[in-house]
Amino acid sequence: MTNRFLALLAKSREDNSPIMVDGGMGTMLFAAGLMFGDPPEMWNALPDKQDKVRAVYRGYLEAGSQIILTNTFGGTPFRLKMHNLQDRTYELNKLGVELARDEAAKFGPERVVAGSIGPSGELFEPMGKLTYESAVDGFARQAEGIAAGGADVFWVETMSDLMEVQAAVAGARKAAPHLPIVATMTFDTKGFTMMGVSPTQAVNELAKLDLAAIGANCGNGPDELEATIYAMHQVDPNVVLVAKGNAGMPTLVDGRAVYNATPEHMLEHARRFRAFGATIIGACCGSSPAHIKAMTTALRTMPPLDPSTLQLTAPLAERKSMSEDKRARRERRG
Amino acid sequence: MDFSDLPDDELWLQMQDDLYDGMKEEVAAETNEALKRGYGPTEVLEKGLVAGMDVVGVDFRDGVLFVPEVLMAANSMKAGMEILRPLLTETGAPRVGKVVIGTVKGDIHDIGKNLVAMMLEGAGFEVINLGVNVDADKFLAAIKEHKPDIIGMSALLTTTMPYMKVVNQMLIDERMREEVYVMVGGAPVSETFAMAVGADAYGRDAATSVDIAKAYMDNVRKQDKIDKAAAVNQ
Ligand code: B1M
Repeated sequence: MTNRFLALLAKSREDNSPIMVDGGMGTMLFAAGLMFGDPPEMWNALPDKQDKVRAVYRGYLEAGSQIILTNTFGGTPFRLKMHNLQDRTYELNKLGVELARDEAAKFGPERVVAGSIGPSGELFEPMGKLTYESAVDGFARQAEGIAAGGADVFWVETMSDLMEVQAAVAGARKAAPHLPIVATMTFDTKGFTMMGVSPTQAVNELAKLDLAAIGANCGNGPDELEATIYAMHQVDPNVVLVAKGNAGMPTLVDGRAVYNATPEHMLEHARRFRAFGATIIGACCGSSPAHIKAMTTALRTMPPLDPSTLQLTAPLAERKSMSEDKRARRERRG
Repeated sequence: MDFSDLPDDELWLQMQDDLYDGMKEEVAAETNEALKRGYGPTEVLEKGLVAGMDVVGVDFRDGVLFVPEVLMAANSMKAGMEILRPLLTETGAPRVGKVVIGTVKGDIHDIGKNLVAMMLEGAGFEVINLGVNVDADKFLAAIKEHKPDIIGMSALLTTTMPYMKVVNQMLIDERMREEVYVMVGGAPVSETFAMAVGADAYGRDAATSVDIAKAYMDNVRKQDKIDKAAAVNQ
């Protein structure tokens, strides 16, 4: 059997069509009653919560997502350890994928289940304590569960450190060498990732990892994401790009995070992401099936936008240099 | 590593630069050099470490530096702080007060909280740092064990901020709320939010937090005097 995800990519290449992925999972689960600070992955194993996880999957499948991401984002042993669940890494990941597989199958044989792998939450030496080897091992443990659950592709996301992407990819390959891998990073700090990686650098470095697609997710809303996608597309117009940004920015209303971009906003942005070079399009925190539905309809029924008529509304990432004064002092020190 | 040929004002600049560049050994050596020249630990902290960290803060905000650089700088500050800490305690002055501080459950951001902890120590507080991902029970246990004057909570995520309210509520339920002064901080926290979760004060940054903590302790002492005087008069 050919891989569902690769088949989807091949078809998209053939007829030049965008691929719809899903929207946010965490924020949907909070809306369904998940308490702040509690691990979403635990819901994969709780009989009275599994239906809520399934409902999110179903919502996105109904809205038109051809790919759904599993509720395993925080499923590395590093993250689960915060809740003393590290020994259940394999089980919680496998269950999260199985629930998704089951729901996806109800929508036909072609829907893709992507096993989400989020950051460990730890920092590498010398900044933190994580070593590359232990990171690879941890990601491999999560990836074993994801593969056993029947995922079509590993989906490494929200990364800010290139070394951590490498470790996650190596771990995934160790667990299931035959599965394709997608990796996206989060450019939320003046157009860079938290660790200072630019979109250009990300394309150049990730190119070495033999990935099926790369891109950007989460971040500071659709305007900044457009600039990121544009910059990535400039480096290599042939690379398959994922645009999966937050539905705007959160504000706190009555102790809950509320995101300000409506389905109508995101609909317009979906067309712009496409025009700026993205192939796989969806959303992240704060979005719902309503957003994905609007985006899907726009991409399927409205005419493509001409990129030459579009303008970026956020600045491109630009490396600032240290103040003059600072540089002078450095020279003095030699 | 010899900095003895640098005039004093150059030594401070060099120390700030090295801290900025995350050069731990250099910062430690410069801290010792400044002490050798007769500067007191508080002055070394202010003129060298804190002044250097201020520049780091500004450049981080402006997108010149990113997290790796900030962390390396924070580690250098820590190296200097480790030398100063025993001296700050030694100066004989009674401890200003006791603080239990931690990052709330579900949150692992600790750079800012650790800076606040270091600055509080610098100002003479005894600080019990509970680390990250601290749940209400752990705060409670630490309060019972250490009997602090102040508890500080830090949160950097919109999803973990509301947990501050959980901790505050638990203090109320356990009838311990009156005994501690609750301070909260972290980038997305605001004065309004701090009041909404029932905190006594909002720490915008490390320096402000130290000022607030000191002011509170001054008030406690004044109140103590009044209470004692009242007791004597009875
Ligand atoms: C008395 O009590 C007090 C008093 C004052 C107090 C106080 C307590 N605490 C703080 N203060 C005050 O004084 C300090 C000194 O002046 C100040 O502290 P601050 O902490 O504000 O300031 C520090 C000196 C410097 N600031 C920081 O250290 C935070 C910097 C940023 C870049 C950041 C970092 C470094 C990290 N992160 Co994270 N991270 C971001 C941050 C984005 C940004 N540019 O701000 C933010 C906070 N992160 C974010 C996210 C989303 C995440 N992070 C995550 C992980 C990480 C790293 C591990 C990579 C790393 C943390 C390393 C560490 N050991 O702390 C993940 C969460 C993990 C978790 N469960 O906690 C993850 C969820 C990413 C992911 N999807 O996995 C975003 C939060 C969005 C939101 N509003 O909810 C974020 C704003 C980035 C963004 N633009 O999207 C004051 O606030």
